[in-house]
Amino acid sequence: MTLAAYALYFVVLVGLAWALADWMARVYSGTLPLPLLRVEGALLRACGAAPDRGMGWSAYALSVLAFNLVGFLLLFTILRLQGLLPLNPDGIASVSPDLAFNTAVSFVTNTNWQAYSGEAQLSYLSQMAGLTVQNFVSAATGMAVAVAVIRGFAAPKGSTLGNFWVDMTRSTLWILLPLSILLALFLAAQGVPQTLQGAVTATGVEGQEQIIARGPSAAQIAIKQLGTNGGGFFGVNSAHPFENPTITSNLAQSLSILLIPVAFCFLFGRMVGDRRQGWAIFAAMAVMFVAGLAVIHVYEVAGNPSLGLGANMEGKEQRFGAMLSSIWAASTTAASNGSVNAMHDSFMPLSGLVMLVFMQIGEVIFGGVGAGLYGMLLYVVLAVFLAGLMVGRTPEYLGRKIEGREVTLAVLAFLSMPLGILVGGAFASTVPAALASVQDAGPHGLSEILYAYSSATGNNGSAFGGWGAANIWQTTALGIIMLLGRYAIIVPLLAIAGSMAKKPQAPATSGTFPTHGPLFVTLLILTVVILGALTFFPVLALGPIAEETARLAGQSF
Amino acid sequence: MLSQLRPAISLTVLFTLLTGLAYPLAMTGLAQTLFPAAANGSLIEREGTVIGSSLIAQPFAGPGHLHPRPSASGWNAAGTGASNLGPTSAALIAAVAERRAAWEALNGAPAPIDAVTASGSGLDPDISPETALAQADRIAAARGADPTAVRALIEASVQGRTFGLYGEPRVNVLLTNIALDDAFPMPPAGN
Repeated sequence: MTLAAYALYFVVLVGLAWALADWMARVYSGTLPLPLLRVEGALLRACGAAPDRGMGWSAYALSVLAFNLVGFLLLFTILRLQGLLPLNPDGIASVSPDLAFNTAVSFVTNTNWQAYSGEAQLSYLSQMAGLTVQNFVSAATGMAVAVAVIRGFAAPKGSTLGNFWVDMTRSTLWILLPLSILLALFLAAQGVPQTLQGAVTATGVEGQEQIIARGPSAAQIAIKQLGTNGGGFFGVNSAHPFENPTITSNLAQSLSILLIPVAFCFLFGRMVGDRRQGWAIFAAMAVMFVAGLAVIHVYEVAGNPSLGLGANMEGKEQRFGAMLSSIWAASTTAASNGSVNAMHDSFMPLSGLVMLVFMQIGEVIFGGVGAGLYGMLLYVVLAVFLAGLMVGRTPEYLGRKIEGREVTLAVLAFLSMPLGILVGGAFASTVPAALASVQDAGPHGLSEILYAYSSATGNNGSAFGGWGAANIWQTTALGIIMLLGRYAIIVPLLAIAGSMAKKPQAPATSGTFPTHGPLFVTLLILTVVILGALTFFPVLALGPIAEETARLAGQSF
Repeated sequence: MLSQLRPAISLTVLFTLLTGLAYPLAMTGLAQTLFPAAANGSLIEREGTVIGSSLIAQPFAGPGHLHPRPSASGWNAAGTGASNLGPTSAALIAAVAERRAAWEALNGAPAPIDAVTASGSGLDPDISPETALAQADRIAAARGADPTAVRALIEASVQGRTFGLYGEPRVNVLLTNIALDDAFPMPPAGN
């Protein structure tokens, strides 16, 4: 029955993503109904975006950076001034400078790491005009970059990468916004509050007083899931019965996490004119996803004998139980979403290991919207290069040669992961001010540090919640690392796309290494596992693996 | 970079108005019109006073009521939180053992796992059917009611899996306690 439930879930997911990819292909190629094109063209021209002008990789990258910089400054300002601004019925004070920096970076980079607790520290204006906006446009930025990178690989020699303003606007207006409206209304019907009234005071059945926070949450939660953002309206995210009240709200939200990332695989196939290429990337991602999900499911259902018989229910909601919490945990860490419906800190050690690995390999198993696909293309470049070395031929992908420049850039982008996670984590494990964030003794404490730095570098945003994210060291260090994890990948990848677009496309010959069969899928998985996971194996051995062996020996800390 | 600044600023303003104000306000208007009860927090009112939300746990402790799952944040619905303790945490293992002893002493039955572990939100409105039924005898005794009738009422409030496949069977503590109060009024105090 469990298998039937999972099978149905994946059939629905892939079916929806397949249909969405069809629409996305139309959106990005501009084959839209005329009224939509008119609206979009008028808006873009009014904003000075010159929609008909194509961009090279550097202009595209500069536009991304300029747009995100402006978004950061606006969000930072709103957070710093929220105490003085309207739409603040609960009278919440302004956010401190370091926390505002961390939160603004976090939402602009599509990380949505929460060092704050929404219902206690943010006004409705900050949640709406601040966070919800970046939920949309940071997702749209990732999607635009992915489309530009695909064009670099696919378009005829000498083409531009497209126009960032057009791609970003189309992602928001014609993909994210319509889906969010549907999901927000569905969630509100299920019981997610969508009100501008402040908290309500209830006098309980046994006479106790209870202040119940609420707010305009359904609208934000919809885009939080669809845009792989993940920052909750409430502190405990989608574990909160207001954020995720029912089984159907949970299914809708967890499907939404993976919907656009899966659709990007199929969109890739369509845009390069060979759907098998999209299926190959999907297959590599799906194999790794199912393997990781199986581990989490088995450990969470088996539970923690130190706490009693039954599933591991510490930090989980009764309505979701082990299975829906496992599928969420796998999806949110694979997809760079970072929302949670159960507390990851209390998952079993090897479940935590899977979540760490999913983030550390760079969020390429479906990954963030757009970001997962361009991240995986990094590994594709490296896999094709390795295959070329093995057979002694110049590596090619989609008919174009992969040469020194592309491989150098790919390795450079890849290095941001160990830099953020290992170097950042090493500082956080040695500096006393940073060590104070650790809650749990023993190897689990190291897992908490690793999780935070992996989440920030991978722009995921979920956390081992016991770890103190709100001190000034962590807000600053993680803010800087989130910037590294986002732009040190985007810029080199756009450069790779720019240089690919300049190369001639050679037709496939009998000597061409096919990049769509099981052989390539296996090679791609091995590249991800060897490069990604082995970089982090030594430190994983000291964290979750040491914790598991201690647990099996009956130790506690 | 300068030529990028104008579209960057204009589009940020445009999308702030569209996705930051128009979208959430339109959703508020629609949700308030179409499903006002759900959109305002599924509140339950009795004689004009709000007695809670069917989605939010309350700290029931009386002998005549179902008790909710433990909460690491004291059922605070304005500042949620979980224990976030790891699986090898000695503090967690000790806390669960202590809760188990107290629960079993109170109810005279083995405690299911959800009765001794804190939920993720600290506001879990549900308990498992096993945890609910194990409290039936205590509730019946406190109310001077027939245990079979109390059990039947609890069984009738069990919600099953969705599509028979997803989620876990559960009992909503607040709604069931209200039903218990209606069906089996508590004997007058001091009785």
